[in-house]
Amino acid sequence: MTTKIVIGLDGTETGERAIAFAKDLAGRIGECELLVVYVIEWSPFTFQTPEENAMRHKRREEEVELATSRIIAPAVEALKAAGFEAQGIVRHGDVAETLNTITVENGGSQIVVGRASADGFKKRLFGSSTQNLVMHADVPVTVVN
Amino acid sequence: MMSIQNKLGLAALAALAASPAAAQEAVGLDDKINQAFADFTGPFVSFIFAPFPGTGFPWIVGWLVVAATVFTLYFAFVQLRFFSHAISLVKGDYSDPNDAGEVSHFQALATALSGTVGLGNIAGVAVAVGIGGPGATFWMIVAGLLGMASKFTECTLGVKYRNEYEDGTVSGGPMYYMSKGFNELGLPGGKILAVLFSIFCILGALGGGNMFQANQAHQQIAGIVGDYPGWITGLVFAGIVFAVIVGGLKSIARVTEKVVPFMGVMYVAAALVIILMNADQIGWAFGQIFAGAFTGLGVAGGMVGALIQGFRRAAFSNEAGVGSAAIAHSAVRTKEPITEGFVSLLEPFIDTVVICTMTALVIIITQQLIVDPETGNYMLNEAGNAIATVDGNTGVSLTSAAFGSAFSWFPFILAIAVVLFAFSTMISWSYYGLKAWTYLFGEGHTKELVFKVIFCIFVVIGAAANLGPVIDFSDAAIFAMAVVNVFALYFLMKVVRQELASYAERLKSGEIRKFEH
Repeated sequence: MTTKIVIGLDGTETGERAIAFAKDLAGRIGECELLVVYVIEWSPFTFQTPEENAMRHKRREEEVELATSRIIAPAVEALKAAGFEAQGIVRHGDVAETLNTITVENGGSQIVVGRASADGFKKRLFGSSTQNLVMHADVPVTVVN
Repeated sequence: MMSIQNKLGLAALAALAASPAAAQEAVGLDDKINQAFADFTGPFVSFIFAPFPGTGFPWIVGWLVVAATVFTLYFAFVQLRFFSHAISLVKGDYSDPNDAGEVSHFQALATALSGTVGLGNIAGVAVAVGIGGPGATFWMIVAGLLGMASKFTECTLGVKYRNEYEDGTVSGGPMYYMSKGFNELGLPGGKILAVLFSIFCILGALGGGNMFQANQAHQQIAGIVGDYPGWITGLVFAGIVFAVIVGGLKSIARVTEKVVPFMGVMYVAAALVIILMNADQIGWAFGQIFAGAFTGLGVAGGMVGALIQGFRRAAFSNEAGVGSAAIAHSAVRTKEPITEGFVSLLEPFIDTVVICTMTALVIIITQQLIVDPETGNYMLNEAGNAIATVDGNTGVSLTSAAFGSAFSWFPFILAIAVVLFAFSTMISWSYYGLKAWTYLFGEGHTKELVFKVIFCIFVVIGAAANLGPVIDFSDAAIFAMAVVNVFALYFLMKVVRQELASYAERLKSGEIRKFEH
């Protein structure tokens, strides 16, 4: 049975380290598929102007397009070029919750993420996405420093 | 706090007050704008508020209440049957995670609410209770509950018949369901209705959605810093609105959209605290509301007076049947237009049944309305057209005095809330007006700019004019939208019924089910 490892990227260099770690892990496991995920932070409970609402679908498409072309597609291509089986997913939502949901949906056995770079006040108040993921995930999580 | 406010206000006005002649000229300008405005809008206002022959009952109020009642019966009390389902939809229980990132039901509801929650809930209710007595509250709640069905009908149609453009943006609202819906059913005249609606929507946007707001915002600021010419507030507001809608300064709009909901929650919380502080009076207050609803308790016009005021302010506050919410809700991308209808029926409930009732209860419970101890009826003011109040307050100042009697600092919070509510309502209505404008004249940068500039000019006029002509014109323009909209809804309601039947069946069979989140 193929093992599936989910790699959560955040568009920073910590993501690169997460990929490197996952590659190493996959190499050791053998038959292994890598699922590269980028979650665009988004909440359905924010307040918007009517104009923002009218433009929302267009913006969403642009956001997905941007995340795919800049982050996910290059990562998936690089993994494939290195001989790994890889797929990419971009989705909106709460980062920790969505990463976990995607992992469960796709039968992933573990999640690898880079250490979050959230700063100062926000981190103290809400905890970083990484912390939330570690606390609430349904599968083992590896945080790469 | 007051001294700081006063000092700030005085400092700001020092330059203007430097020359008394200039100040006098400015006040003279206010009067001229006011008179010209009243003369110009008079015939239109008289027509909209004309009473049924031989009665004092405006036909337009009857028109809206009959419509709300018809929709309530036609959809077999949809507002009760699907109330909890509407809440589940707003919570996102039925939202597909793969659609995350699109406008959510919650966001559509919040956006539409920020266009309606505002001065109607604070000033409008005070006017209604001040003239119609506590009994007006009862009729206001009845109108709010019935209005939920009107909102449901128009918002479902708004989503169903919206235009989706290739670039992914959307335009929707009554003008689209009138033209496309009538066409689909093979009915003539849809286009004419759509054009008429658009004209009234532009007037409503400039009136209730703009001038009334600017006017009340000015009253609030003047109440704190002292009297000064309204056009000054108008210019400042117009500048900010211009920066947002023309200059694309989204940050101001975003801040407002975030602050306004908190203000709303705080307002309700403060009202609840005051009501609880006077817990022993709650029974008495409701007694007054029920007794007043059927006897008038001495108010001008008696029971009918209470009823007219209650219905009129509810309609103005929650805009059910007016068609504005249909424009706001049409931005949601959903496979089921009717879900947006369910969500929208919460609006009149939150706006009127909850928030307006809170305002009314606070005014009644803090005993701002003067009762004749001998008869137990309310005493009328000198003019005999409204109930005498403590210190003779009316409108926002009546609400402000009621809250201020419990918390001395609250009038300042209320003043900020009114200004912010006014601003967010203006932003919403600038969008509604713009959609009507582009429907008439086509989409395009220059065409849109023309409307936006006109909108800003009316901010200045609204702030400078007296409340009387402005409030009359605002109500008249918004009700004129309802005349056309409700007429169209009668023809299109069978489309909504088909959608409702199909959805209800699939919900029952389990085809439509909650997503695991």
